[in-house]
Amino acid sequence: MWNLNKFQDNIAIITEDNKKINYKEFDDYCKSLTVNIPKRCLVFNLCRNEIGSLVGYIGFLNKKIVPLMLKSDLDDELLNFMLNTYKPDYINVPSDIKDKFENYGCVYENLNYTLLKTPFNNEYELNPELALLLTTSGSTGSPKLVRQSYKNIEANTKSIVEYLSLDETERAITTLPMNYTYGLSIINTHLWVGASLVLTEKGLMQKEFWSQFKDYEATSFGGVPYTYEMLNRLRFFRMNLPSLRYMTQAGGKLSPELHEQFASWAKENNKKFIVMYGQTEATARMSYLPAEKSLEKYGSMGIAIPGGKFSLIDAEGNIIKAPETVGELVYEGDNVTLGYAQKGEDLALGDERNGKLITGDMAKFDKDGFFYIVGRKKRFLKIFGNRVNLDETERLIKAHFPMLECACTGIDDKMDIYITDENCKKEVSDFISQKTGLNFTAFRVIVIKEIPKNEAGKTLYKNLELINA
Amino acid sequence: MSNLEKYTNAFVQAFEIEPKDAPALKYQDIKAWDSVGHMGLVANLEEAFDIMMETEDIIDLSSFEKGKEILSQKYDVDFAQ
Repeated sequence: MWNLNKFQDNIAIITEDNKKINYKEFDDYCKSLTVNIPKRCLVFNLCRNEIGSLVGYIGFLNKKIVPLMLKSDLDDELLNFMLNTYKPDYINVPSDIKDKFENYGCVYENLNYTLLKTPFNNEYELNPELALLLTTSGSTGSPKLVRQSYKNIEANTKSIVEYLSLDETERAITTLPMNYTYGLSIINTHLWVGASLVLTEKGLMQKEFWSQFKDYEATSFGGVPYTYEMLNRLRFFRMNLPSLRYMTQAGGKLSPELHEQFASWAKENNKKFIVMYGQTEATARMSYLPAEKSLEKYGSMGIAIPGGKFSLIDAEGNIIKAPETVGELVYEGDNVTLGYAQKGEDLALGDERNGKLITGDMAKFDKDGFFYIVGRKKRFLKIFGNRVNLDETERLIKAHFPMLECACTGIDDKMDIYITDENCKKEVSDFISQKTGLNFTAFRVIVIKEIPKNEAGKTLYKNLELINA
Repeated sequence: MSNLEKYTNAFVQAFEIEPKDAPALKYQDIKAWDSVGHMGLVANLEEAFDIMMETEDIIDLSSFEKGKEILSQKYDVDFAQ
């Protein structure tokens, strides 16, 4: 996949402690790791924005070993569930948590990461096209994975490189986890062109992040809507960041007000602000709003990326031709992934989508052909950029509190959890925050007398919202 | 309410903790004090003391103690009151 040797002396990685690793060294690290894995197999890569995690990802892909990318602080119970469901041959983990896997043998250790051998040996067949596995809403414990092919990653990477005009002078700083498709796409594109990555586990609210940003002269970063809300609160518009060239936004719809503010700031300060849209199911990106249109078309997620095509369909599946008409968004392109896996046997499956993705998002386009997301067909929310499925959250709560009636609804960054027992209020809030790893303030637990249902026993979510109003 | 009580209360509300646990807290000591929680904390402090914090102070506020120092030195909050 990645021809690391091509860029030899270019700096690939700058770590938190100012270690600079060039492409040649990086390639050597990758090879020293993967030489320990004799054949194509499944590996879990427990990710942090650290070099050991990145060496795993790139090394595995380059050697046709299939990684499933998971966050390193995934809830233990959920991790065990994934291990038992997919039975990987190895796991690559930060060394400080390797003791959690005392039954697995240590095969290799370097860069504060440890490669551990599980008792499993090619338990499930891997389709030859399969390159990488990512979770959709891993935080709620669903085993559902997106199957990405080598072709998918290459097509999407090339397309992003083209529309962002990336070259080897770029230096992105990480603001998103690498087990998250948007974070990963930033890594993919930069390593593709021989550019540099500043890898940091520090966040926007930490002084160290901004020192690294300035000291290592970062040229770009990406953010979900919540990132931009935080930047706004941080008085970002008054910051002096001479090295910054552009910022991207994806992972949910940014409020039109913030879109306009950041677009204006970018224009006045000779920077670029690029709003994009995508899904893990499309590898990463499907659209972008070109920087020069950012202000004029604020609120829009733009046009299809190079090599991609959008259309809208109505409820009967007919193509919508008139502007300002809402329909379901359909995307076609080489980055449309193979499909899902729900169990080990599914890893043998081939391409189930044939380049066409029915997104589940409702959209419209204006007279100039720019697209706008207006809603969502499926029952999930984006919380701080993470997809959280409402039905799965309900199942998770009901499984843990068997006597409890529960229904979940809400808006992005704010889930409403309706329950019928006052005594469980705090417990439910703590439980769901712990399971998802998301800040508890995103979940509001509301106690009501009973959950409104129809005669067939289905929850009437519309009525719930009325109770609340 | 004294300034120290107001200050402690900002932490109690942002992280749903007991007042007695506040003074020892540092950023990321508990799950609730992540970047999202930090934003909530800053909002609470700004409201409680009717101030607008500068970027450098927001990102420097890495512990309960550090916050007291910042507020008293830069925003004239007297914790003896």
